[in-house]
Amino acid sequence: MKILNDIGGIIGISLMYSAPLIYTSLGGVLSENSGVVNIGLEGMMTIGAFTGATVAYFTKNPWLGFIAAGIAGALLALLHAIACVTFTADQVVSGIAINFIGPGVALFLTKIFFDGAAMTIPIDLDNKIPRPLEGLFSQGSILDSVFNQYATVYIAFILVFLVWLMLYKTKIGLRIRAVGEHPKAAETLGINVYRIKYLAVILSGVLAGFGGAAMSIAVVSNFRNTLISGQGFISLAAVIFGKWKPQGAMWGCLLFGAAQGISIYLGQSGVVSSQLLAMLPYLITIVVLILFVGESSGPAANGVPYERDK
Amino acid sequence: MSNIDFNTKVVEMKNITKKFGDFVANDNIDLTVHKGEIHALLGENGAGKTTLMNILYGLYQPTSGEIYIKGQKVEVTNPNVAIKYGIGMVHQHFMLIDPFTVTENIVLGMEETKNFGILNLEEAAKKVEELSKKFGLYVDPNAYIQDISVGMQQRVEILKALYRGADILILDEPTAVLTPQEIEELMEILKELTKQGKTVIIITHKLKEIKQVADYCTIIRRGKKIDTVKVEDVSEEDLASMMVGRNVSFKVDKVDKKPGEVVLEIDNLYVKDNRGLDAVKGLSLKLRKGEILGIAGVDGNGQKELLEALTGLRKVESGKIIMNGKDITNLSPREIIDSGINNIPEDRQKRGLVLDFTVAENLILENYHKEPFSNKGKLNHKAINDFAAESVEKFDVRPRNINQLAGALSGGNQQKVIIAREITNDPEVLIAAQPTRGLDVGAIEYVHKFLVNQRDNDKAVLLISFELDEIMDVSDKIAVIYDGKIVDIIDSKDADENTIGLLMAGGGVDDEQEQ
Amino acid sequence: MNKSNKVVVTIISILFGLLVGALTLLIAGFNPIEAYGVMFEGIFGSPKYISWTIVRSTPLILTGISVAFAFKTGLFNIGAEGQYIIGSLVATLVGYFLKLPIVIHAIVAILAGCLAAAIWGGIAGFLKAKFGINEVITTIMLNWTALYFSNYVVFWEPFKRPNRDASQQILDTASIEILEKWKVSDAGREFLKNHDFLREFLNPPVNFGFIIAILVAILVWYILKHTTLGYQLKAVGFNKDAAEYGGIDVKRNMVVAMMIAGAIAGLAGATQVLGVSKETAILTAVEGYGFDGMAVALIANSNPIACIAAGLLFGGLKYAGSKLQPLMGAPLEVINITIGVIVFFIAMPKLINILRTAISNKKRGVKVEDTK
Repeated sequence: MKILNDIGGIIGISLMYSAPLIYTSLGGVLSENSGVVNIGLEGMMTIGAFTGATVAYFTKNPWLGFIAAGIAGALLALLHAIACVTFTADQVVSGIAINFIGPGVALFLTKIFFDGAAMTIPIDLDNKIPRPLEGLFSQGSILDSVFNQYATVYIAFILVFLVWLMLYKTKIGLRIRAVGEHPKAAETLGINVYRIKYLAVILSGVLAGFGGAAMSIAVVSNFRNTLISGQGFISLAAVIFGKWKPQGAMWGCLLFGAAQGISIYLGQSGVVSSQLLAMLPYLITIVVLILFVGESSGPAANGVPYERDK
Repeated sequence: MSNIDFNTKVVEMKNITKKFGDFVANDNIDLTVHKGEIHALLGENGAGKTTLMNILYGLYQPTSGEIYIKGQKVEVTNPNVAIKYGIGMVHQHFMLIDPFTVTENIVLGMEETKNFGILNLEEAAKKVEELSKKFGLYVDPNAYIQDISVGMQQRVEILKALYRGADILILDEPTAVLTPQEIEELMEILKELTKQGKTVIIITHKLKEIKQVADYCTIIRRGKKIDTVKVEDVSEEDLASMMVGRNVSFKVDKVDKKPGEVVLEIDNLYVKDNRGLDAVKGLSLKLRKGEILGIAGVDGNGQKELLEALTGLRKVESGKIIMNGKDITNLSPREIIDSGINNIPEDRQKRGLVLDFTVAENLILENYHKEPFSNKGKLNHKAINDFAAESVEKFDVRPRNINQLAGALSGGNQQKVIIAREITNDPEVLIAAQPTRGLDVGAIEYVHKFLVNQRDNDKAVLLISFELDEIMDVSDKIAVIYDGKIVDIIDSKDADENTIGLLMAGGGVDDEQEQ
Repeated sequence: MNKSNKVVVTIISILFGLLVGALTLLIAGFNPIEAYGVMFEGIFGSPKYISWTIVRSTPLILTGISVAFAFKTGLFNIGAEGQYIIGSLVATLVGYFLKLPIVIHAIVAILAGCLAAAIWGGIAGFLKAKFGINEVITTIMLNWTALYFSNYVVFWEPFKRPNRDASQQILDTASIEILEKWKVSDAGREFLKNHDFLREFLNPPVNFGFIIAILVAILVWYILKHTTLGYQLKAVGFNKDAAEYGGIDVKRNMVVAMMIAGAIAGLAGATQVLGVSKETAILTAVEGYGFDGMAVALIANSNPIACIAAGLLFGGLKYAGSKLQPLMGAPLEVINITIGVIVFFIAMPKLINILRTAISNKKRGVKVEDTK
């Protein structure tokens, strides 16, 4: 039974750590399918984490915090869209700028709102994102460890399905992918390429903002400057790992989350140095990329600014 | 001619002028097209034909001028407006999305949906099928674009327009990538369309096709309308001189010459494509000194892979490439260049030039590591600049500025830079792939003369081109490639277009022939 | 776009950045003029501040050159961070464990740091060349791997300083601090007592790192401009298809480019350890030298010489920004916002050129009005 419970523990931790990544990587999938490279996900996630924690703290309502995080991410994404879509900016450079601006604003405002402190005041445990299945399973059982998750974990998986549905089964999804593959072709059929790209990029900000909040008001209960350190980039890696598909990106995030779950579990046992174990998720990602991905190319017009001839 | 309704002017463009900065692409052009007519727009590359049609389709806005469609004055501000007025356009470079199906491509922009914006593709596929039956345009609605032939892709483009209810169809250089037989089919389709009351505008620089299908022809030269003529009343030569503004000879002047010994021998070559499938399947060929050997074939029959294998860019799976008795199979690009093979690449901008390098820097791309351009790893800028100055003078690169970025040059001048570089080392074998693509008549003549000149100097030239006319005009011998193999080799004096066309389409005998 | 146009875009972007920074402060209730006054004073107010600015800028200049060099060769080195960490770690190891004469010890430590970081950077280049894996991903993963690896080594018993979250300090023989011993000797003290400027200037750990950075900038500029190595690296960077076709070994050049970029970032770490910190600390998160280097490279338009100026600008802003908090209570993050906005506008030359034409048209319009 102990082994079973331990496995349950690992899976539970994996899911919890994967969820923020899944949101953010779904954002990456949307943006990049429309042809806009988004390495600003990290910055969008950070602003989301800050906004979520702050709004949840002041309103005592985690869901308001969650939604506000999405809006904050969207606002930052709007900047990225203005630069990349309207002004045909170098998308990577704009993304780097977003990664300075997002965390900069987040910490700046943290200090303004919390009297110069470098972190937000933790929200009460009651005000965190709820666990909808709390109490359903006996405490400490494998079912409890695996399924008694924060609501944000379940929403993440539902969103994987919804984003897949949107991209592959709906009119707007067809148009997003068309714009990312061959914007000129879409334009000759009367599709407003710019509007589609704006939509996809802003949605990616919403999702990255959710991802940040899933971190700051579920996994932990406040925002601090090291909370989002690399998750945005890891989500981006998951997008590429998943060949720009929502379900593929989800697997990438789960893989990373699982590696983290295992390393945390092994760390508790104290047999292996926790520092060495901490390297594990990153090394596994590289090895998996070597073994399974290789030369993968995304949407044909990904990263190429589109300019309408006048 | 019976299909034309002279009482209905479906398209009237009046005094159309379009400027891009200081450049005048269209200068006060008038165009009138009647219902049921096939109207050809003739002009050289860059004459302004496509610009005019892009204006009609709403992709560009005219600087001045008026457009009437079916008698009604309209502002075509974007393609949606054009589509609304029944105009459809098939672009030269197909506007198709490779990983999408035929149906997805056709319905894009006017998708049928069920609740919540969910696509109804089954319904759409049915409609596509009906439409394709009605106009005799066979396609598989569920096939992916990346898996179907170019001819079929073109039909998808036409269906796209018809699906939107187009009754005025614009086709931009529709035959550039088709086999003679596919061209024949297209012409029949166009005639069928006019019978059903549609109007066709076809942009082309191929005179034969105009004679074959068009009722009227408007000639445009350097942005100006020269004339609109009834095609019956003029000869191909008349059309040509109106297009170019002087008399042109199509045949390249060539003296008879007996080819020398074999320099390059390709023996039973197998090469895979990007997907890992065999693209070159047991190809054999011999190239002799003082000979231009043309490889005729439709795009996608292994030319690209053959070329890349010959230049060391792609791995040879089996078989041999022998240069002057030396095995050069699977050597590196640099070793192959050093063995005496140079190459005018298929794609100037992708392979041929570093567009962000200056002309001078591009001219040493293959020789930068050799003296006098460098010594012990240090570049000799003086030697490089002197060489560049000499080259741009000799090859008439305009402007004569060696510090100009290659990306800022015109297509013809870019090609001159490449030619200048590729013969720096006086190569025994020159492989020219699509050397005149996108060039105007003057530049085409220049390139052709250059190739013949190489041959006259006892060098060997391997010419790969999708333009059958070019192959027939320039080559001494014509090898037809189909499905990765040479299906026949014909002396160009004995060659006729129909036979070659049939071979290009795989209609020939299926045995391999040696020279 | 020509060169002078790019310079104008950069200058306008910097002005925009400072403007947005001022607005941010204003909205948050601080007086921006006072803040910029504090910052100006914070850089130029004393020789000590000037030398601190230089000391703080040095690693940014070097990571900036590292990223700029990779950009020039068509690669995106997000991994300067990890290469920096490896460079500092190895320099510390060599500086502590090896017993060598002065000068030689420092040189060996620097070279070892560079070499290790070159290998670290080369891994990403190799994975891209061999397996086609996007270097953006591998370098990000390697950043975190480097961080935890460095921590692991610092935790190693013989290396860890007891009761501190850091390694042992390097031996004095490996230091590259200028006049380090003399400053605290009796003679030095006596001399400096009467020379205010020097005393102030030498108060911070002034070291050879800045001079090394300038030499590296010149060297990199020379390689790119005047050597066949630079020619082929640039050819691969601008158009790898054409380079390959021209007979250049694209894969080898990718590895070489990443190794050189890695070595330069490693140099940043090594000089920082040998000249300033003298130790490797246990890190909980990346310090950001690599990411800041990206901003430096972008502001410098990937020109290695311009990286010196851009690094000083960024380093100066960061150093001066750190004085905002104690003196005014204004969060120093306003600097990151400012830098982000600068980079953001640099990404959009089109916008800036539109603004410029609009302004010049307006001016012309005004003139026409006047003459009427």
